This record gives sequence, structure tokens and C-alpha cells, in this order.
Amino acid sequence: MRVIDLSEVTEAIAKLCIDANYNLPEDVYNALKEAIEKEKSPVGKAVLQHIIENADLAREGVAPICQDCGLAVIFMEIGQDVRFTGGNLKDAIFEGVRKGYREGYLRKSTCHPFTRANIGDNTPPVIHYDIVPGDKVRIVVAPKGGGSENMSQVVMLKPADGVEGIIETVVKRVDEAGGNPCPPIIVGVGVGGTFERSAFLAKKALLRPVGKPNPDVEIARIEQEILERVNKLGIGPMGWGGTVTALAVHFEMEPVHIASLPCAININCHVARHKEIIL
Amino acid sequence: MSDVIRLTTPLSDEDVVKLKAGDRVLISGVIYTGRDAAHKRMIEALEKGEPLPFDVKGQVIYYVGPSPAKPGRPIGAAGPTTSYRMNPYAPKLIRLGLKGMIGKGKMSEEVREHCIKYKAVYFGAIGGCGALLSQRIKKAEVIAYEDLGPEAVRRLEVEDFPVIVVYDTHGGNLEEIGIKQYRVVE
Repeated sequence: MRVIDLSEVTEAIAKLCIDANYNLPEDVYNALKEAIEKEKSPVGKAVLQHIIENADLAREGVAPICQDCGLAVIFMEIGQDVRFTGGNLKDAIFEGVRKGYREGYLRKSTCHPFTRANIGDNTPPVIHYDIVPGDKVRIVVAPKGGGSENMSQVVMLKPADGVEGIIETVVKRVDEAGGNPCPPIIVGVGVGGTFERSAFLAKKALLRPVGKPNPDVEIARIEQEILERVNKLGIGPMGWGGTVTALAVHFEMEPVHIASLPCAININCHVARHKEIIL
Repeated sequence: MSDVIRLTTPLSDEDVVKLKAGDRVLISGVIYTGRDAAHKRMIEALEKGEPLPFDVKGQVIYYVGPSPAKPGRPIGAAGPTTSYRMNPYAPKLIRLGLKGMIGKGKMSEEVREHCIKYKAVYFGAIGGCGALLSQRIKKAEVIAYEDLGPEAVRRLEVEDFPVIVVYDTHGGNLEEIGIKQYRVVE
């Protein structure tokens, strides 16, 4: 057994929350730079140039990339040969979020659903645990903005709807979302298992480096087809018209029930934040 | 793209009627912040016959919930939030003389019609550019609903704050024009 003190987890999460909110990942930054070349609309090009300028300013530490510093979505892959000491894991993760959002001057965006009273420290985070072989812990922090999350959807399709039904559903959703989720967007599509599993897969799809195709060639083909169709919608950067509506479509798939074809669409804005560390 | 138009708040009917969807505008002067929770309280105040935290006549409301200011800076990241959530509130404020809203994304038909009838403009700012836009905010002060934290109403002093006209007073809509131009129909 490898022993990891939970203070290490707290520190790591605090740093990742700050890092994610100030330093746009290289893959996203590069995809946005390439998008300037691809975009045909002058307004769209100007928007993309501002987005790059903004990322540079945030990296200098002027302010976070976006005022919506997100709900902290945390993926914990815990090696089964790891034992934690010094408290309990959930508390350590929560403390890391509190510390990161406080010390990083990040906006606290969690609130009571009815009274809308702000919780004040951006807890609770959304934590996805996975137990894996080995003695390491992989932590991914992916702060998720509300504007793009609001445009997401789970649809329980019929098996007869097939691949075409999935493609239609995704394209329709992106079209309806228009400029709301801050395009150019990244579209996560999850098909698999149950209602909640498909939503999880769609979220997980957003963690993949931007534009890296699914290793399955058939799924990669579907990703490409959806991307082409989405970029023909004309929505463009910020929904003000253009040829780059999405930077990428990432599709994750698993077997489903014989009666079902759940299809989840998780939309991410161009501030596609994800940072990770291996302890 | 058209030339940049400079405007200073408060705005008059003459200021806004000359604007056309797609015009790039630099706003200077005082603007006010408000999101969902602040709008809800403002409308409740009006229903009870209580005064608003500021007179909306001729003013511009920026739909934003900024991140905390770092030491030595007036404000943190301050980009627009999605505007459709203010659809239930915006028409009433426009009828009271509000001249502009700054946000991102679509708003309702009702808001568009109010922009025409009461001469108001819906401006778009670039979402996800909070650090960049914060540079154009010179001063920020909470003037109401402090308990709402990021959602409190703030009085901002801005200099050349960059926006684009989305809905103008003549029925022009940048989203419609822009998307139609680049949509590929098969």
C-alpha cells in the first residue's frame, strides 16, 4: 500500500482550480488560433482574436479567463493500492476547492436552488470517483460554466432512431443553443448505459484534448460528420454569424440496454478548462 | 465591418436610433450591473412601489456577475452572462426608460419588440473574455443588494467598453443577419 496524506490532495486541488481558471489549456488555445484562419466572417475573426488576447491577459494573472469560474467538476482516479491518511477524502477535496477559489480570487457560483443564496465558497464540487489498478491518484479539475451547461440535454431516443437520430439530435441542439453557450463550442456526446451514464460520458468526452478523434474509426467518422454539419449552421463565434460554431465534437460510446438509446449532449464554451495532476 | 461609434451614457433616443445591428460601439461613462437575482428584486421593488437602486431612465444595464477584484484592481473578470434569463424582467425596465442592455446570446421576441417601440438597444459583448473586458472598467462600487455577492448591483465607470449592436431600434437583429449569411442549406 502506498500512503498519501490528504493535505497533498487539498493542495493539489487548490492549485488545479487556480491554474484551470487562469491558464487556458494549450490544446484549446491552439484550436482557437487555428479557428481564426478558418473563420470566414470578419466579425467572427475579430471575436476569435479577442478571445486569444483575453487568454494571454489571464495567463499574465490580470484576472481569470472568465468571470464564471465554474462549478468545480472533479474526476478522481484512485489506484486501488493507495491508502489515504490525515482525515477523509471528501473533506480534503472540499477544502481544496475552498482554498483555490478563495486564494485565486475566483467567483463562487454555487447557490441554494430556491432562495438563490450563494453558498459562499463554491462548494459542493461535483466529484466523479473511479477506482483503478495501481498506486497513483489522478486528479482532473474541469471548472464548468453555467451558460454552456444550461444548453446541454439528455434525450432518450428509440433504438430505431439509430446513428442518424443521434446526429440529428446533436445538430438540432447546437442550432437551438445559438450564441448562448459562447461559441465556438466543444460538443461532448455520450451514448451508453443509462440516463445518467450517457450524461457522464458526454462530460468525460469534454476532457479529451480538443479535436483528438475517438480511437474507434467509425465513431471518429461520426464526430467528423457532426462537426461539419454543426459548422454549416452559420452560428459562428458568439452567435453573430460565421463558419466556426464548434471547435470539435467528442463522442464517447458504451453498450446500452436493448430497449434504449440514451443520447447526452454536454456543450462546453470556448473557455474549455481542464487541468490534471498525478500524485 | 462598420466604423466604431463612441457613445457616452446616459443615452438619449437620438443616441440609440442611429445605431444599426452589427455596429461596433465603444461605451464610456456609468453603467450598472444586474443579473437574475438583482433583476428579481428590482421588479419586486417596483411592484411594491419602492424605488429602484438607481433610476433606469437613459441608463445601460450590463448582465454580469464579476469575479472578486485582485488587490489594486477595481474589478475581477467581468464578461457578459447569457441574457435570455433576463427576458421576464427586461421589458418592464425598458418601459421605464432603460436605453440599453449588454449581454450575450438571444433574447425574446418581446424584448425585441420593446427595443423598437420604446427605443432601446440590446448590445452584445464577447462572452468568455472577462479578463480583457475588465481592463475597460475603471471603477466599480456596489450600490445595492450586497448580500447577493457576485450578483449585487454595481455602478461601473467604463472607458471605451467594446460592444456590438445585436437588436437595434428598427427591428434589425445581428444574429439573424449574421447566421443567414453563413448558413449552408443543403
